[in-house]
Amino acid sequence: MMRFLHKLASPKTFYALSGRIIPWAGVSALLLILVGAYWGLVEAPADYQQGDSFRIIYVHVPAAWMSLFVYVVMAGAGAIGLIWRIKLAEIIAISSAPIGASFTFLALVTGSLWGKPMWGTWWVWDARLTSELILLFLYLGVMALYGAVEDKRTASRAAAILAIVGVVNIPIIHYSVEWWNTLHQGPTVTKLDKPSIAPEMLWPLLIMALGFKLYYVATVLMRARVELLERERNSRWVQEMVEAG
Amino acid sequence: MTPTRKKRLILIVAMVVGVGIATALAVTAFNDNLMFYFSPSEVAEGKAPVDHPFRVGGLVTNGSVKRQSDGLTVEFTLTDTRATIPVRYTGILPDLFREGQGIIARGRLNEAGVFVADEVLAKHDENYMPPEVADSLKTAQQGGDVR
Repeated sequence: MMRFLHKLASPKTFYALSGRIIPWAGVSALLLILVGAYWGLVEAPADYQQGDSFRIIYVHVPAAWMSLFVYVVMAGAGAIGLIWRIKLAEIIAISSAPIGASFTFLALVTGSLWGKPMWGTWWVWDARLTSELILLFLYLGVMALYGAVEDKRTASRAAAILAIVGVVNIPIIHYSVEWWNTLHQGPTVTKLDKPSIAPEMLWPLLIMALGFKLYYVATVLMRARVELLERERNSRWVQEMVEAG
Repeated sequence: MTPTRKKRLILIVAMVVGVGIATALAVTAFNDNLMFYFSPSEVAEGKAPVDHPFRVGGLVTNGSVKRQSDGLTVEFTLTDTRATIPVRYTGILPDLFREGQGIIARGRLNEAGVFVADEVLAKHDENYMPPEVADSLKTAQQGGDVR
C-alpha cells in the first residue's frame, strides 16, 4: 500500500496517470452538469413559494458545497506536504486554491442575485454570509502568499500553514445557520434528518453536485500538471518527454 | 513514521487545536453580536437595545396585515408564538412577504411600543416543494383528505 502511494506520488507516474483521468472526469462532469441543468432548470417543478426563482439553487448550493470541500482538500494536501514533504501534495494544494476561490465567488454572487428578489436585499452581514466571504479572503490570501515568495517549496509551506489555520472557518460556515440567528435559511440537505426538499427537486441538485465535483477533479489535475512541469522542467523525465515530442 | 515527521504532525495538530480554541472563545464572547435579529419575546423581556436600531425577526401574524390609505404604509404584528410586537413600515415589501411568513424588520421601538421599521426582509425557510405538495400538506393540516 505504502509502495503504491509512493509510486503514485512520483511526478512521472502522476503526470501519466492524471493525463488519463482528465478526459474521463471532464466528459462525465460535462454530461452530469448538462443533465442536471436541464432537469433542474426545465423539468423540475417550480417551488410553491418562490416560483422559478428557486432554480438558482442548482448552481448556488453545489458551488457553496464545493467551496467548503475544495478548502478541506487544499488544507489536507497542504498538511501532507508539510509533514511528509511530498512535492505532489504541495502542488495539489496550491492548484486547488484558484478553483476553490471561483466556487466561493460563484456561491456569493448567485446567493446575492437570489437574495435581492427573495429577501429584499443583495447583502446582509449575517453569520453565514460573512463567514463565506472570509472563506473567499482565505483563498485569496493563500494564493497571494504563494505568489509572494520566490522559492516555490518555501512558498508552498507558508501557504499550507495559512490554509490549515483557516480550516477553523469551515465548521463555522456550516453551523453558522444553526448556532446563530441568520437571514440565511438553515440546512435543507446536509443534516441528519430527511432533506426538506421534494425528491424530484433534490435529484437534479445531487447530479449537479456530482458534476461540480468531477469538474473540480478535472481542473485540479490540469492545473497540477502544468505546475508540475514548471517545477520539474530541469528533471530528466521532463527533458526526455519533450525530446520524444 | 520518522521522529521529525511525527514532530511536524504534532505541531500542526497543536496549531489547529490552538487556533480552534482561540476562535471558539472569541466567537462565544461575541455571541450576542453575531445574532442577526432579536425574537419578539426577547424584545418583550427588554433584551433589545433602546438607544440604537436593531432587528426583530418573527412570523407575520395571520390576519394582522393592514394597509394604510397611502398605499405604502403597512401595519402588522410579528410573533414567535410567545410574544407579539406591532410593526409599522413604509416602503416596498419583498416578494415573499405574506401572512404566516418569517420576516426580519430593522428599526426602533417608539414610545407607544410600536416597532417602526425602515427595512423589511423576508426570511426564507429551508423547505422546497412543488405547489401541489404544499396544497395537499395544507389540506391535510386542516383535517381534509389528501388526494
